[in-house]
Amino acid sequence: MKNIKITLLILVALLANRNGFAYQIEVCKTCPISTLSDGIAQAKDFDTITIKKGTYKEHNVIVNKPLTIIGENYPIIDGELKGEIITIISDNVTIDGLFIINVGTSYTEDYAAVRIKNSKNFKIQNLVLEKLFFGIYIEKSRDGKVFHNKIIGEAVEEYNSGNGIQLWYSKNIQIEHNFVQHVRDGIYLEFSNFCTIKNNVSALNVRYGLHFMFSNDDLYEDNTFENNGAGVAVMFSKRIKMFNNTFKENWGTASYGLLLKEINDAEIEGNTFEDNTIGINVEGSNRINYKHNTFKENGWAIKVKGACYTNIFTENNFLYNSFDIAYNSKVNDNAFDKNYWSSYTGYDLDKNGIGDIPYRPVKLFSYIVNRTPETIILLRSMFIDIIDFSEKVSPVFTPDDLLDNNPQIKKRKW
Amino acid sequence: MLKILKYSFYDLMRSRWSYVYFAFYLLLGVVLLFLNNDLSKAVITLMNVIIVLVPLIGTIFGVMYYYNSQEFTELLLAQPIKRSSIFLGQYLGVALSLSMSLILGLGIPFVFYGLFESSAIWDFSLLLITGTFLTLIFTALAFNIALSNENKIKGFGYAILLWLFLAVIYDGLFLMTLILFEDYPLDKVSLIGTMLNPIDLSRTLILLKLDISALLGYTGAVFKQFFGTSFGLIVSFVMLTIWIVMPVLRIIFKSKKKDF
Repeated sequence: MKNIKITLLILVALLANRNGFAYQIEVCKTCPISTLSDGIAQAKDFDTITIKKGTYKEHNVIVNKPLTIIGENYPIIDGELKGEIITIISDNVTIDGLFIINVGTSYTEDYAAVRIKNSKNFKIQNLVLEKLFFGIYIEKSRDGKVFHNKIIGEAVEEYNSGNGIQLWYSKNIQIEHNFVQHVRDGIYLEFSNFCTIKNNVSALNVRYGLHFMFSNDDLYEDNTFENNGAGVAVMFSKRIKMFNNTFKENWGTASYGLLLKEINDAEIEGNTFEDNTIGINVEGSNRINYKHNTFKENGWAIKVKGACYTNIFTENNFLYNSFDIAYNSKVNDNAFDKNYWSSYTGYDLDKNGIGDIPYRPVKLFSYIVNRTPETIILLRSMFIDIIDFSEKVSPVFTPDDLLDNNPQIKKRKW
Repeated sequence: MLKILKYSFYDLMRSRWSYVYFAFYLLLGVVLLFLNNDLSKAVITLMNVIIVLVPLIGTIFGVMYYYNSQEFTELLLAQPIKRSSIFLGQYLGVALSLSMSLILGLGIPFVFYGLFESSAIWDFSLLLITGTFLTLIFTALAFNIALSNENKIKGFGYAILLWLFLAVIYDGLFLMTLILFEDYPLDKVSLIGTMLNPIDLSRTLILLKLDISALLGYTGAVFKQFFGTSFGLIVSFVMLTIWIVMPVLRIIFKSKKKDF
């Protein structure tokens, strides 16, 4: 009997001082705690809140202590279009397995399905977000993970839609295996450094699949960007690494697979650009290495628009693009070397796999189209072939030092 | 008419030129596939060839056939046969035999190479359809030239000039116009300019398949409607048909009035 009393005492003591002990709180429609907000209010630090299947009409839920919130069988959190749904303002929060719908739209405030504010070590995973304004909004936070989320919006216009995953003044965030569709920007980074974006699929978005602004030292790899207004826009950023991504079917007048604007010291390696109006549009970007990329059946593989210095294009494949390279100036400070060009017509007499005469990737016709866009209708006409040929023999309008001196005879394989 | 068609068709089928033409396309197809190992790239190369060569061969062959069979034509004219059926029969005989050489000559190597399992089949069939259209158009134009010129040398001269004009010079003038008036909205002008030349028209038809991503790069609602929807395809085919009907009507009209 005495033993039992002691055990009870110890238990009570533990209950009273639950440091290091995680308790389980259950939320369901018939439980004593029937809303997520109640659950959070009742919980102590480091507790786990389990939400059972059901529909919970809640908004402005504030997570102000380190909690793990887990949904069982995807309970629905319905914001009823009234505003923001979950706001995290504490460190060490995990949210897992919720179905969040109906985020309010506003023209003055950026309502998000989940907002993470001034937080560290958070983990947002397995969420499904629908009918949203902003999806996951991470501000002034660091060391977080955003995994396996599915975000499906209904954006039509740019001005009244939000972004799928937005990072603002954040650092060291990992974004992996997410699926973002029909929002403004699939993933948007502003002033966010040292982030990793991996294995995501971003498709059918109104503006960009992925968008960088003033963000440095980020890495994105193995992502797929398909059918967006433009695939990826990288602007005013430094030292971005772009590896093994696929940019597909970004069609339209201002559509690019990849848009580079004021980018310095980036690495672009192993990417595939297929069926885009413009594969890469480069503006004011310096010291970028393009290596092992494949450009296939794009309108323009690469369009260079002024003030681009010391960019190096080596060992890429240019396959059946309408235009390989377009320049709008006569000055060239970029190097092309050891690429494979499907429209190369030279020969290789010494059989070393390198064409004996250099290749000129800029055609006179691309210069003409730059000047008078309507002339595009004469593409592949015999007259155009004749003037292209004469320009090739003696360049007048295109930069005459823009040459690939070692064009490959066989398609490059890695 | 059908009887005359049959006679000219069999006559041509037996002639050396049809075999040369057929053999040329067969060889072209085989060599292209042998060198390229890639159906879609071979289709692009073929497009360039078809757009330039088919009209050339169509015109030359049409003019040549007309002048060669002039005596036979005069013999036929002495019979109680309608004039239009004589000339239409001859025209269709030439055009159909040329189209057949084209389709078989290119088709056989591609079929053996595995066209039916490839995704290039639509591009390829479009290519053959355009090739056939071009043959029909340019043979008709050739008959027109031959009917209007008794002098063989003159006839050949005009035929070659016609081909050169439509294949090369027209595009040069077109380009100059576009550049000269670049300050004005030109999308309608450029589309109309394309419609007026059958070679350009077939080129655009093929561009719709191959370079659609580049064509959509241009900002213009008219362009976008034309190239972005099936509207462009339909209008192009309608225009190609008009391009056949007009010269054929002139053949009928001219042959009725002509003194032999």
